[in-house]
Amino acid sequence: MIMSYFPGCTLKTKGKELDTYGRKAAEALGFTLEELPDWQCCGAVYPMAKDEIATKLSSVRALVAARDLGQDLVTLCSACHHVIKRVNGDMKNDPNMQLKANNYMGLDVPYTGETNVLHYLEVLRDRIGFDVLKEKVVKPLTGRKIAAYYGCMLLRPSKEMQMDNPENPTIMEDFIRAIGAEPVIYAMRNECCGGYVTLENKDFAAKKASAIMDNAKNQGADCVITACPLCMYNLKENGGSDLPVYYFTQLLAEALGVD
Amino acid sequence: MNKELAKQIQEIAGVNPRKCMKCGKCTATCPAFDVMEYHPHQFVDMVEKGKVEELMNSKGIWTCLSCMACIERCPRSVEPARVIEAVRVAVARQQGMDHLKPEQIPALLDEELPQQAITSAFRKYRK
Ligand code: SF4
Ligand code: SF4
Repeated sequence: MIMSYFPGCTLKTKGKELDTYGRKAAEALGFTLEELPDWQCCGAVYPMAKDEIATKLSSVRALVAARDLGQDLVTLCSACHHVIKRVNGDMKNDPNMQLKANNYMGLDVPYTGETNVLHYLEVLRDRIGFDVLKEKVVKPLTGRKIAAYYGCMLLRPSKEMQMDNPENPTIMEDFIRAIGAEPVIYAMRNECCGGYVTLENKDFAAKKASAIMDNAKNQGADCVITACPLCMYNLKENGGSDLPVYYFTQLLAEALGVD
Repeated sequence: MNKELAKQIQEIAGVNPRKCMKCGKCTATCPAFDVMEYHPHQFVDMVEKGKVEELMNSKGIWTCLSCMACIERCPRSVEPARVIEAVRVAVARQQGMDHLKPEQIPALLDEELPQQAITSAFRKYRK
């Protein structure tokens, strides 16, 4: 199974572990992430203003490229996933966006949101299956207590993201069980870490991040996992906790014995 | 009060503040409500009433975390975060009102900061 892959700016630099282990684990599970040629940065923030068109075009180009290859489009970074999935929704449902983007791009075949946008976790759940993943685990993480940190971008707005129940998600906990560890449920797992304002308002970002780390620790976690490089930075650097934070792909690779 | 500007902001937001039933759920769920001088439900109310200049001058528009909790939890689909984004965009589109300038960035960087943080700061503030 070959899937188009959009790594995004951060996975080529500060977030390399998320990418490297994700690719290795994919091979061990029998699918290949084929990096899109000439992808452009998604912009990291979904432009919410109704009249924004140009700022969404890099996502549209990636979506068109995957369609032309006849492949699903997979992302690992929460932010890329969020932006590309929502832009795809606009290309499907917003006639103004559809018209203007297509007029501007002058494609041979107009694009109307046909590409399937999948987050890596969705590939594990819906294409591979957590039961199959469990069978492929060679080094189960038995005894480890892992707190899944969802944050904002994977889940909300649920009408558009459609990944999981936004208030009581299970996909990451099911993932944790599949690699042999025990999920730790804590209240703040889908609350915002404040990473967005770390450049300008570090104290505020730190306050939000510490609340999450403290909550995970108080519930007995021995580590936290995330799919977002910005959450990773904020929880680790600003969270003021001794609890380690990993990308979920790091633990996946470990369990599959490809780390 | 600036009716024309208020109308523009409503168009940019693409949501209807008149649907708001003033339940305050958005503010109750907002992780940044205590650092915004106008809370999310007040934003919606003020845009409806055309009091957009106060909002455009408020620092709180830059502390909204765009976490989308208010969008998810609003029982009336008012989507307050879109209203706040529209006010930010209106400010950013006015000439000379850039919030974060490229020259400021190097001093804010550290070894571990992901590109994503820089990209998002730019996108949020600058056209
Ligand atoms: S949650 Fe929605 S309906 Fe309630 S006050 Fe906020 S915007 Fe209005
Ligand atoms: S998007 Fe902004 S206003 Fe809405 S809940 Fe999050 S921080 Fe508050």
